[in-house]
Order: sequence, then structure tokens, then C-alpha cells
Amino acid sequence: MRRLRGSAFAAGVAMLAAWTLLPIYLVAIGGFGGPDAVYRWPKSFWPENLSLDTFRRFVAIGGIWQATEQSVKVALITVVLSLALGVPAGYALARLRFRGATTYRLVILLTRAFPVGILALPLAVSFARFGLYDTALGVALVHTALALPFAVLVTASLFVGIPRELEEAAWVFGCTGPGAFRRIILPLALPGIAATAVFSFVLSWNEVFAAAVLTLRHRTLTAFLLTVLSESPLHIQLAGGFMLIVPSVLFIFLVRRYLFAMWGIASR
Amino acid sequence: MAELLIEGVAKSFGPVVALAEATLAIGDGEFVALLGPSGCGKTTLLRIVAGLEEANCGQVLIGGRDVSALPPRARGLAMVFQNYAVFPHMTVGENVAFGLAMARAPAARIAKQVARAASLMQIETLLGRYPAQLSGGQRQRVAVARALAVEPAVLLMDEPLSNLDALLRLEMRAELKAVLREAGTTTLYVTHDQTEAMGLADRVAVMHEGRIVQIAAPSDVYRRPASVFVGGFVGNPPMNFLRVAAVSGEVRLGALRLSAPMEEGGLLLGIRPEQLAVVETGGFLFRVAVAEPLGTHLLLTGETGGQRMRAVVPPDATVVAGAELLLAFDPAAIRWMDAASGRAIGAA
Amino acid sequence: MRRDRLLAYALIAPSILFLAVIFLIPLGQTIALAFTRHGTFGLANFARMAGDLNFRNAVANTLGLVIVVVPLQLALALGMSMMLRHLKRGRELILWIWSIPLGVSDLAAGLVWLGILTEKGYLNTILYHLGVIHGPVSWLTYETPLALFIGILVAEIWRATAIIFVVLVAGTQLIPAEFEEAASVFGATAWQRFRRVTVPLLRPSIQTALILRTVLAFEAFAVVLAIGGQNFPVLLSQAYLWQDTNQDYGVAAAYAVLIMLITLAATLFYLVALRPRAGEVA
Repeated sequence: MRRLRGSAFAAGVAMLAAWTLLPIYLVAIGGFGGPDAVYRWPKSFWPENLSLDTFRRFVAIGGIWQATEQSVKVALITVVLSLALGVPAGYALARLRFRGATTYRLVILLTRAFPVGILALPLAVSFARFGLYDTALGVALVHTALALPFAVLVTASLFVGIPRELEEAAWVFGCTGPGAFRRIILPLALPGIAATAVFSFVLSWNEVFAAAVLTLRHRTLTAFLLTVLSESPLHIQLAGGFMLIVPSVLFIFLVRRYLFAMWGIASR
Repeated sequence: MAELLIEGVAKSFGPVVALAEATLAIGDGEFVALLGPSGCGKTTLLRIVAGLEEANCGQVLIGGRDVSALPPRARGLAMVFQNYAVFPHMTVGENVAFGLAMARAPAARIAKQVARAASLMQIETLLGRYPAQLSGGQRQRVAVARALAVEPAVLLMDEPLSNLDALLRLEMRAELKAVLREAGTTTLYVTHDQTEAMGLADRVAVMHEGRIVQIAAPSDVYRRPASVFVGGFVGNPPMNFLRVAAVSGEVRLGALRLSAPMEEGGLLLGIRPEQLAVVETGGFLFRVAVAEPLGTHLLLTGETGGQRMRAVVPPDATVVAGAELLLAFDPAAIRWMDAASGRAIGAA
Repeated sequence: MRRDRLLAYALIAPSILFLAVIFLIPLGQTIALAFTRHGTFGLANFARMAGDLNFRNAVANTLGLVIVVVPLQLALALGMSMMLRHLKRGRELILWIWSIPLGVSDLAAGLVWLGILTEKGYLNTILYHLGVIHGPVSWLTYETPLALFIGILVAEIWRATAIIFVVLVAGTQLIPAEFEEAASVFGATAWQRFRRVTVPLLRPSIQTALILRTVLAFEAFAVVLAIGGQNFPVLLSQAYLWQDTNQDYGVAAAYAVLIMLITLAATLFYLVALRPRAGEVA
């Protein structure tokens, strides 16, 4: 009885894992299989005449490579901006006592409970006026608004995790405030900050709505795929989907230790 | 190496007074322990001296120089933290060298000082390791070595032994005493553990509710506590206090007649449990409620005349719960306390 | 202390400034835009929005999707986090696999499931081998609304259960095992332990997860566009259509305001419905 329950449990775990992985596997063989695989009937569940050819053709479609480059550019700017704005604020929340700290934390939390992407609608108009429309920076600004709450809250939890005594010891043994931050706090927080950077990157890489609204000719990969959805053949769409997923899966692997710091902060 | 002068330093957090006008003079090379229960303000005082906390008023002078307005790094002191605060991303050697490196000392001097501090704390073989590879006791040694390496004018220690287990604490205590004596560093040491304070310090400053209530040599604090609080906090088991009444300058306790420090009125008779001795005749009646054999002695808890009392007797005495004994003591061992204020009567 | 305060304000000022410019101003603009049509203030945009053929469908589809998908996901995620809690070997690996969809965008998820659910897709292949169908069948057209709805539902469950799962796992890690052990010592069955001890203690995490998830559910539109195209309008895809295809910013803004209001209402609902009881430490 006990063994039966144990194997039922294991089967459940395995099935849920398969449920997660199988679709990714299928899009991979679909994307790499080329038109033959996509339009074959009935389908084979094994990779057949797998080739990089489709992929090469996919990349060669007008604009797709540029779109990927644009996506990377936007994501990198987002990473830089969200860290530059978020790390100092996180430090302040974690270490300094100041009036309004609770309010600030609440405001940051609330932005997370808000469909931020929608703000791209009016920004499209303002950005056009300031020459930011259809630029990487423009999209990255909205993506930073998305990533900033995470950057602030995650770095705050990182800094809270570093004992205050370490910083005080640095002061006592001759460091200035910024010196102690650079020599002690930053090196210790670096892995977590890197995870935050990766996370901001994924957030930006995946964002569709704002990217689609704020670009016209310089599409990001998601925006590009969205606009060619109805026009391009299925195998190219699948290859695009696979291309979108790969970095995300890798990134989740890289930041898996920090997932809980990202999402685990309950709204208390 | 210098003397440390704390003058009228006070600190409150909002309406809460953490520290009420503390004044303390520590001589060059002297070791003073700040002793008190948690929340008594001892750590606040230490942190004010370190510059980690800002005082509302008062001054801190190190070697005659007013350092009150200076940041921690400019005060010429070193500190050992409760959780050691050994930097986890630096090797032991880098940790010990940290203070000197920050002061941009020449490499030769750093090497010499690190070697000296490491040999004092016996961590020469650990210099290349990272703190994560060390035991708690070893980290403690690194923290002390890091503080000694800078040859500070004043060394501050905040409960440095509280995270060690009992046996290690005993060992480190003796070692710290030897090392600090050799280094001759002026030391301010915060602890809530009275054996630590008594064992290490040249003088003990007992703190209670934000005030320094007694500053004296360990044996004086023990024998001649300045208040009921000190008598109860220092010593394990604590001092007994019996409510008694003086009649015509005399206090009667069973068959004992003791000359009181006042003619008439109520007062407290303070007597250490180990000053009590079992006698055949005379003395006063003590009813034993619990007898705890502790190896070196037998601890008796009970009551006399309705008042709670503890007595320490030799371990070979055969006493069981419910027994009634006659106890007596040397009148010279009495510490009389004012019943209203709780302060010692006739204290210097 | 004063120095601390000044430093703190200096450190948070850039982020506040940024959020004011990229968040508050557009927020105001959206509202202003929504209530202005041809220079006059009023509800004209909303009237136009409500008069649109697809409006009713979009509202029904969006709400229907949220109402069906969120409880299903919560139940699934609770089950998964409980399974993870009792998993002895391979915990790290399973945790990673189960969180993978967290990194998958809704567009990519839509494309993945398009490949499975399409006419000559993998689902139909299985059904064919099982003898249920005899040739390719299309499920994702406006003629098969229920199948389309279920297809999108499945894609959403696949994609976005992970976020609830991760929040809940983070929450369960904060619950000491002693509580459950105490309950079992006092004779509680596994189900009773779950129902009476774990779930109540998890309530703050459940609240966070539901708020996050619901906001994201209203934001999802690419998954719908990829699978259903314009056959399955939702609020955000309508907003996108009005902005991008019709170039009518006023109506798009009206949609945005509507989405914000619904999201806000949902958040408030969760905050009230799952608030800690008086005297309970949240």
C-alpha cells in the first residue's frame, strides 16, 4: 500500500514534469523539422530530418535577425537602467531608516499589481514628440518600469541578508561609506545582483505589448513575431517560438536560486 | 594605546531613553567590562564610542582628543563584533590585514603586523583560508587578530564570546586575557555574562536601565554591590536580600543579633549564599524546599521567616527537601541596603 | 540619523523620478486621452468602445478566461507545491523544470501550443491514432468557440501556473515543519493538515500569487492572438487593435482604463477577501 502510494506520487511528479517539458520538445522538433515536418500528417513524435536549415531560413527572413539584435539591445538597456535605479533604492530600503520608507515600499509593490504594459499607449504619443518612438531606448524605458519593482525589492532583500556588522566592521577598520559599499557589500551581493540583471533581461526579452506598440520599423523579436503572425508560414512561427524560449529556459536555470527572492516577497 | 574618556554621553531613541548621561574614565592599557542585562544600554554606549551611533549629548575622548564628531574610521580604534563580522569574501590573511590596508600602511609593515597578530591568536596556518572553512572559534580568533593588527588606541569588544559554546568560551576567555595583557591595549568590553566580566576585567562597570550603577574592581562589585540590582545580577546564585527591621539599632534574625546601620526602621540585609553556614546551635531557621547537588557544592533553595533564600553548602552535606536547618554568617559579610531606594547604606 | 535620511532620499529619488515620468504621467495621460474625443471631454470613447462589435465578446472572453483559469491554476500550483514539499530526491531538478514556464513569454507559449493544437498538429495526431478522428480537424476557428476557449485555457495553464507555484513554494518554505508535525501528532490526516494548517498559514502567499496572476491574466494577449487570431478577442488585444491598426488612441485608452479598473477591483477584492483576521499576525 505504502509502495503503491509512493509510486503514484512519483508518477504524478513525472507527469507534471512531462506536461511542462513536452510542449517545448514538440516546438523544438516542429521548428527544426522545417515545412515538411510541420505539414506532415499524421505527425511523428520523433525528430526526423532535423536540420539547422529551417533555422537558418528563419533567421534569414527579412528583419528577423535585426529584430533579435533589437531585442538584445532593449534588454541590455533595461538591465542597466533597472539596476542603476533599483540597486541604490534597494540599499536605502534595506539599510537606512527614513520617513516614508513604508510608503515607498508600498508604492513599489503596487506598481507590480498594475498592468504596466498598458502605459505604452499614451507613451507612444509622447515618445514620438521626444524622438523616442521606435527606438530601443524608448521600449527599454517602459521595460524598466516593469523590471524596477523587482530590482528594488530583490536587491533590498539581498542587502538585508548581508549582516550590518560586516559594514560596520568596514567603517571601524577605516572605510568610508561608499568604500564599505564597494569593498564589502557589493562583492557579497554580486551573485544576487547578477540574477536580478538576468531576470530584468528575461522580462524585457519576453515583453510583447509595449514593444509592439512603441516600435514600427525597429521591432523587437516579440513585436516582430506578433506582427507577422498572420502572414508567415507555421514552421517559421514555431521556429520563432523556439528561439524566444531558449534563452528564457537557460535564464531560469541561471537564476533558479533567486526565484524565491523574486517572487517570494508576499505583499505584507 | 591611550586612555578613553566618556563624558556625560546620553542617547534616546524617540521617547525611549537608551542611555542616561554615562561618564566613564578608562586608563591607558586598562580593561573595563560593561556588564548588564540586555537592554541596559551597554551596547549603545559601546557603539557611541565606536562612532556607529550618534549620541544626543556628551563627549568621547581618546588619548585626550575629542572624537565625538569623527566617523568611525578616524577614531583610531578597533572592534570585535558579536557575530565576528569576518568578511566572508576575503581570506583570513586579507581580513587581518584589512585595517592596515585601508590606512595605506606600507606592505612591509602590514606583513609584520599580520604575522604578529596571527601568531598571538595562533592562526598562522589559517591565513590562506576563507571564513566559510573555519569553525566558530577560529572565526573568533580571526576577528580578534584583525583588531589587534591595527594596534588600536582603544579596542572595543561587543559580546565577543557569546556565540561560542561553553567549553570554548572558557578557553577563549583565558586566552583573551593573556593576549590582551601582553598587547597592553586599552579595552572596553561589553557582556551580559558576569563571569566573563569578573574574569577578564580590571574594573567592571555595571549598567542598569541606561545608567552605570557601579564602577569597581570585580571583587569589590561582588563583595560590596552598590545596589540590590548589582547584588542580584552579579554572582550566581545571586545575593540574598531579607527584609528586616531595626529596633534600637539592632536587627534580630533568629538567635542572631546584628548591629544595624540605623536606629529604627525597615532595611534590607544582603548576604551571599556561600557566606551562609549550617550551625548546630544559634543562628536562624531555614526550611529547605529544593536541594540541588551541583558537584562542587549543594545549592539549597528555601525560606526563612516567609522570605525566599538560597544557601550554598559543601557537597557532602546530606540535606533533603523539607529539612530544617540552622544557618549563621559572619556579620562582616553583610551588605545593608536601603529598603526604599535599593541602594547600599554607607557605600562609598 | 539626519545624514542617513538625506542619503536615503538621495538614493530613492532617481527611482521615484523615473516612476513619476514613465508611470504617473502616462497614467494621467491615459485617463485624459480616454475621456477626450476630438478635443471635447466626455464618454465618447467609451461609447465607441462599447458600441464595437467585438466589445461584448472581448469582455466575456477576458473575464471568462480569468474566472476559469485562475482557480484551476491555484489548485494545480497548491498541489505542486505540496508535492515538492514531500519530494525527497531530485527536488532541485523538479523545482527547475516546474518553474521553466515562468521564463516563457505569452507569445512563445501561444506559438508552442499553436503547433500542438493546429489542424495537422500533435493533438490531432494522437486523436487520430486513438481513432477519435479520421483526418485533420481544425479546432481553432470561430466555428468551434468552445474548443478554441479550451485550447487557450490549456496554453494559459501551461504558461502561467509556474508563477503561482513559485510564490507558494516560497511561502511554504517559511512555514516550519513543526506545525504540520504538531497537527499530525494530534491526529490530523494529511488532508486535514493541508486544509487546516498549511492553507491558512499560506494565505499571505496565496494572496500575493492571486494578485500577480490576475494582473498578468488581464495583460495576456499574445497567447490569444497566436492561437486564436482575431477569432477570440480579449480586452488587451482590442486595445492593441485600436491603437495599431485603427490608429484610434482614444478608444485604445478607453480600453486601457477599463483594464486598469478591472485589475484594481480584482486586487482590492483579493486584499479584502484574504485579509488577515483581526489579531492575527500577517
